[in-house]
Formats: sequence, structure tokens, C-alpha cells
Amino acid sequence: MSAYRDEDPRIHDIKTRIRVVPNFPKPGIMFQDITTLLLNPKAFKDTIDLFVERYKGKNISVVAGIEARGFIFGPPIALAIGAKFVPLRKPRKLPGKVISEKYILEYGKDCLEMHVGAVKSGERALVVDDLIATGGTLCAAMNLLERAGAEVVECACVIELPDLKSLRELSFDFMVSNGRGFLRSEFSKNDKWLDLRK
Amino acid sequence: MFAAENGLKGDPRLQGISEAIRVVPHFPKPGIMFQDITTLLLDHKAFKDTVDIFVDRYRDMDISVVAGVEARGFMFGPAIALAIGAKFVPLRKPRKLPGKVISEAYELEYGTDCLEMHVGAVERGERAIVIDDLVATGGTLSAAIRLLERSEAEVVECACVIGLREVKGQCRLNGKPLYILVEPRQIENCC
Repeated sequence: MSAYRDEDPRIHDIKTRIRVVPNFPKPGIMFQDITTLLLNPKAFKDTIDLFVERYKGKNISVVAGIEARGFIFGPPIALAIGAKFVPLRKPRKLPGKVISEKYILEYGKDCLEMHVGAVKSGERALVVDDLIATGGTLCAAMNLLERAGAEVVECACVIELPDLKSLRELSFDFMVSNGRGFLRSEFSKNDKWLDLRK
Repeated sequence: MFAAENGLKGDPRLQGISEAIRVVPHFPKPGIMFQDITTLLLDHKAFKDTVDIFVDRYRDMDISVVAGVEARGFMFGPAIALAIGAKFVPLRKPRKLPGKVISEAYELEYGTDCLEMHVGAVERGERAIVIDDLVATGGTLSAAIRLLERSEAEVVECACVIGLREVKGQCRLNGKPLYILVEPRQIENCC
């Protein structure tokens, strides 16, 4: 589901402050740059407030953020809703004992790690990242949390890419957006997600 | 300067912050006692206290830029920026920022690395602070200061959660004051 569809008046300004950088990191990709959003204190605050309003009072005790842009949005949300912040990192960055989850990139594989003991069984968790594309990284993040016994309540992203329909068609809870904008994405846990992660 | 010597002597929050930091011996290599702030982030009160102490210090200093060093500076900087009404500027490893950047090289123990900032993120005359989780040699923070000064911002202070009493014999970095909450923790009886 998306906040975009409800058209909160704050969303327009958030959308316009995201910069599109063509052909980064490679030709054909229109990169959604959130750093320009962070330069406007009001728009950045509105972004956080929209998430906090949604998640406050829902007994969420874990906000997990995906390296590195999830580290920018996750901690302010965690602090505001009274949750802990758990960084999910690329391999060999976390110093303690970790669990790892592989995921598929366009070419090749990558891996996400979480500290053992960061999350306890039964905790209710959010995953935060700046953008969802194929959803591969978010799926890896959800897997890590679920392997630790947490319940992933929702995945929260500032931006959804509108043209990557293939994954979305498989997830019946996913709304198609009609342009870049501020959206929350909610994943249903069905087998079709699992197939794509293999 | 340490927070405890600058108005926060005996502040119980500092002890809670220090105790929430985990020491991981021999990471990333033998001999290094790694100061792990992820356990601080798991302690909501201690994490909030950390941010509050920085916010209380900087909110009336007319700071319009909080620059955070990738990646652990991203965990503290944005919350501070939001609370004081400043912009947040990420300083990143090479080839991460998508737009036009300025780069500053700095020395590692073996070799060099590089920090980048978007052109136009900071305007001339803006007052800035730099934030990172820890200061060791000061190489990364020095590069951060140079990036901001090349954009003609004024770096008011560098703020770190953890740091040694002196960096290379100085309490300042590139002439800029350092503000540190706690010293690195030791582990007793560790080889």
C-alpha cells in the first residue's frame, strides 16, 4: 500500500526534492538520489514524521535499516517510536558474531548480515530502506529478522521504482505506483517471494 | 574536549552510554580492540541520550549543516540534524554518491582512501559540524573538514561518541575542536 495514493499534503514536497541522476551507476539507470531530500530540513522531517505517525503505538521494538541509506532514515524513526535500531550490513563490517543471508543481484550475488542477539524471538520489526527496486535486498533483510525469531510487520521505503513490475505482479498486496514518489511498501509473505530469492 | 569536562561532569547518561558500547577484541585484525556501537543502538535510552547530548550542545550554535561520515556517522548524524533544524550531508566512500562530487584523499595505516561530498550540498558561509562514531588517528575527520572547507563552509566542531583524550598529541583536529562523549572501553584480562 502507499501513502502516495492518500496524497498527504507533505508528499508533494518530498517527491520534488528527490533528484534523478540519469545513467548512474550505469547507462540506462535513472538513479533516485535522496541526498537532496536530506538538504531540506522540513522535507526530511516530514518524511520521518509520516513513518512515525504510521508506526508509533504499534508495539514495534525493532527498526532494521539496510546499509547504507537505510541508516539515514531508520535511526530517527527508531528513536521516535521507542524502538532499537539494528543495522543490516554488507559482509565483514559487523564486528561480532553474525548471521548472513545471500541475495541475488542483476549480475551475481551479494550478502546481508545481522548481529546474533540483536533481535529477540517474538519482537515486532520494521525494515527500512530508501528505495525498493526488485525487493531482493528487502527479502534478505526479512529473512534475517525471521531467522532470529522476529515478526516483520512491514517494510518501509521512501521510494518505489515504478517500472519493475515483475516482482510486484507476484505479490498481491503490492500497489502499482504511477510515478516516483513517497510510498510505503507492504510485502505479503507468499511462496512467490521465496522463488525469486533462490 | 570531553563532555565530562565541558559541563557534563557526573552526568549519569555518560556512564550508561559507555556501558552500552561493546568491545570486540581482535577486529578487524589482531591487536585492535574494536569499539562496537551497535549495542548502544539496541539500548533505546542510551541511544536517545547520545543524540540528546549532541543536540543540547549544538541547537543554539546556529549550525545549518550536519555532515556524517559513512557509514556509522549516518546512524547518529541525521537524528541530530533533524532535532536542530539542519541539513544532513552524507560524506561517502568513492563512487557511492550519484551526482558531481568533490573528493579528498586521506591516509590509512597502509595506503590511502578517499571521502566524497556532493557539489552544492553545502553553501559558502554555512556553519557545519562533522559527526562520526569514533575518532582514532583523525585521518577521516581531517578529510571531512577539508571537504567542507573547500566548499567554504565553516567547520565549527567535530563530534564523536568515542575518542581518545588526544589525537596525535592534540585536542584539536586541523585546528578544529573535537567534542567526545566517552573514552574507548578496555577489556580486563584480555590477551
